[in-house]
Amino acid sequence: MSVHVGVVIFPGSNCDRDTTRGLALAGAEPVELWHETADLQGVAGVILPGGFAYGDYVRAGVIARFSPVMRSIAAFAADGGLILGVCNGFQVLAEAGLVPGALLRNRGLRFLGRDVRIAVEQPDTAFTRLAGPRRPLRMPIAHGEGCYFADEATLDALEADGQVLFRYVREDGSVAGDVDDPANPNGSLRAIAGVRNADGNVAGLMPHPERASEAILGSDDGLVLIRSFVESAALAARAERPIEVPAT
Amino acid sequence: MSSEFRFAVNVTPKPGILDPQGRAVEGSLGHLGIDGVSAVRVGRRVELTVAADDEAAARLVVDRLAGELLSNPLIEAYAIELVQATSSTTSTSPVEAEVR
Repeated sequence: MSVHVGVVIFPGSNCDRDTTRGLALAGAEPVELWHETADLQGVAGVILPGGFAYGDYVRAGVIARFSPVMRSIAAFAADGGLILGVCNGFQVLAEAGLVPGALLRNRGLRFLGRDVRIAVEQPDTAFTRLAGPRRPLRMPIAHGEGCYFADEATLDALEADGQVLFRYVREDGSVAGDVDDPANPNGSLRAIAGVRNADGNVAGLMPHPERASEAILGSDDGLVLIRSFVESAALAARAERPIEVPAT
Repeated sequence: MSSEFRFAVNVTPKPGILDPQGRAVEGSLGHLGIDGVSAVRVGRRVELTVAADDEAAARLVVDRLAGELLSNPLIEAYAIELVQATSSTTSTSPVEAEVR
């Protein structure tokens, strides 16, 4: 049986269908989780998709943080459950304090929708396990508030702890600069495109792997991240059911 | 006795936090023929009314929602200001008396 992965739908989510499609391509059974439900239906992992949850009013992600489904997701996270936030989903996780840092208005103020390149900084995580050797992955961004921020001490701690998962890179794979480098589209500090929490079970990134999950979309570089997540969720689900011992 | 308190919450980017909106405003001032203006920071003002027994109790409510919802403590500071207090027993309200 394929592993069940939840996809949260807030009012204003707009990447949920792309995400369920990406999950199906990666061999998972997607389960849609409406924002008003507190029941995660026993899923082995949860993805918070992109969009404009609750209209992004006040600050992107903050109102979504107080929805019933997010209370269950916070408990799921505390219990070691696997959670990935993409774009607006990353903003929701950051607002909820489930991943470190905050996403500020893009340095250039404009909403940006275009392809970027990111490099996997940590290949041995639940979110990147199949990504293989470091190479630029091409996938789109589509956000107005994606400038990653944390104070210097926190950034140093994140780096030391291997919590920086993805960075914006140039075409040749070199890490983009903080300011005035088109390869770092939103001006994120230290070109950070994605981070994980200290326990390693919750992560977020601004670029959209699900929008780059088949060749017909222009790139299938994102599929490896979705497949990594699905495989990790499957391993977690198996560990939850140690009773399935084959008869000998 | 319950009263109504009208507050304003002013949310501003913390010192040192990049504020591209503030920078954009600053950048446009030249077009207006204005110079000598610097350190523009763009924030948000939220006004709301709280029903509570007294101002201290009302402030506790505002403080909580300002800290949890209206601002992100990592990047923003907030200040609470009382705009108007109105007693629900209309005849005792100095503010309403003044309006009459």
